[in-house]
Amino acid sequence: MTRVIVIGAGPAGLAAAASASAAGADVVLVDEGERVGGQFWRHHPDFTDPRLQHQLGRFGTLRAALGSVRMLSSTSVWRVENFPLRVHVLTGPTDAANRQGETLEADAIVVATGAHDRVLPVPGWTLPGVTSAGAAQALAKRDALTLGERTVVAGAGPFLLPVAQSIAILGGEVAEVVEAASISTIVRGWGAKAWQLTAAAGKAGELGSYVASLAQHRTPYRFGSAVTRIHGSDAVEAVTVQRIDPQWRPIAGTERTVECDSVALGHGFTPRLETAIQFGCEISSTRFVTVDSQQQTSVAGVYAAGEITGIGGADAALAEGEIAGLAAAGIPGADLRYRSPLAARRRMRAFAARLDVHGIRPGWTAWLDDDTIVCRCESVRKASIDEYAGVSSRGMRLATRAGLGACQGRTCGRSVEDIVGACQPGQGSDSRPVFDNRPVLSSVRIGELAALSDLAAPPSPASTPTTVADTPTTDSAGGS
Amino acid sequence: MSISIRFDGDELQGRDGATIAGVLLANGQRTWRDAQGAERGIFCGIGICQDCILTVNGVEGVRACQRPACDGDVIERETSA
Repeated sequence: MTRVIVIGAGPAGLAAAASASAAGADVVLVDEGERVGGQFWRHHPDFTDPRLQHQLGRFGTLRAALGSVRMLSSTSVWRVENFPLRVHVLTGPTDAANRQGETLEADAIVVATGAHDRVLPVPGWTLPGVTSAGAAQALAKRDALTLGERTVVAGAGPFLLPVAQSIAILGGEVAEVVEAASISTIVRGWGAKAWQLTAAAGKAGELGSYVASLAQHRTPYRFGSAVTRIHGSDAVEAVTVQRIDPQWRPIAGTERTVECDSVALGHGFTPRLETAIQFGCEISSTRFVTVDSQQQTSVAGVYAAGEITGIGGADAALAEGEIAGLAAAGIPGADLRYRSPLAARRRMRAFAARLDVHGIRPGWTAWLDDDTIVCRCESVRKASIDEYAGVSSRGMRLATRAGLGACQGRTCGRSVEDIVGACQPGQGSDSRPVFDNRPVLSSVRIGELAALSDLAAPPSPASTPTTVADTPTTDSAGGS
Repeated sequence: MSISIRFDGDELQGRDGATIAGVLLANGQRTWRDAQGAERGIFCGIGICQDCILTVNGVEGVRACQRPACDGDVIERETSA
């Protein structure tokens, strides 16, 4: 029986686990969360307002299909190996001191680690009351909470819509939604080859509900604008909203002040690549995992699905996951079971291509001051990043400490790269810092590592190429 | 169902099943950590940024947005050195 490990239980991972299991594979599904569903289906059985959830029917079907799948929830993958395929995990309450270690072996792996919000720094963004757009959504879904009473939702892309709707449903006021893309850019991008979108008609219904919600609450929606400064002494008191040009440079003289006590920022998403990178998977120049038509990566036996192969939303992730699960279970490409998900993937990729109009433009760095904190963990300011713009990734980290804090550059890495790029026009992407190469994939306490080494079988060079002793401990900062 | 946790000595009531961040926020507590002198609150909400860490029952570095609150938990702020 083919042994398949699926890493991540969002839409892509659930679809992969379900299809691999249905195809006869012995499946283990590993996820950090307490419950399956990922960010898209993040929920709590008692707290989540059903109006915040989409495609619950599909979620129910997938959950029901996991009957013979071994589920490892509240489980962090901290290291993987690609020959043989191995996944090292720790199971237990979040960040507890004595989680249970286990090493899983497989014939095939599906990496479905998803994405998290990309948030561009802005002066004042470390003030209490400023969160990622994803945090506003997560708090709404998981804890039925809004952070403040009056929120500005700002950034780029269609995700701002459900965030605004969630806040409104829970009784919060959305002062404004501020979208960086201009209305003409959006019309050009979304209007081109519109017939391709009719196949994604379900999206239109979802969009309609968001627009209706905005209209019902009379929420202003500003295009071609950005929050370029957040004001407050101890917490958020107001923001400056400013027009920006097509390169996202602020236009002087267009500043407006909007009073609020919360700001939710989201400038699209960045894939969580570290697991795929540790497996040795090829990463494209646009920084996604490279896959073939069956979602196979460049590494034998390792498949990737969902947002790590390109930002496309839950429907694309579901289709990719289903394909990856079948392939990981060893189903040949000519099998009829691929037809439906392949067609769905084609439709949703046409939809996903439209998201480019909301893509981050390099001029955003013009809204930073020298004093603006870029790396939140280590409070590294923009001037320091500028000062070391010419050095290597490692040199940047050591000299400024940007990316060396508890989050290991997950929040600031891409921004540091942008700032460095802004300082050195013409420099190729290959020479920029790359923050996603992390020897330890999640926070592990030194004591947990020590306990694992006590339990480990006597080392044999062939089967344990990586020992605990030579595991770098830099990523343990958040947990030890 | 209600639970009770202690936060820096104060007793806070929360809903059973809520995260620690959920209980703190519902009690009007928007920050529980400082970094280089400035107050910090919850930021990413999904376990990525580690800006919401605190000490739970003596164990440091627990992400408040990810850990469900349990009745009787003793929560303490963490202060940067």
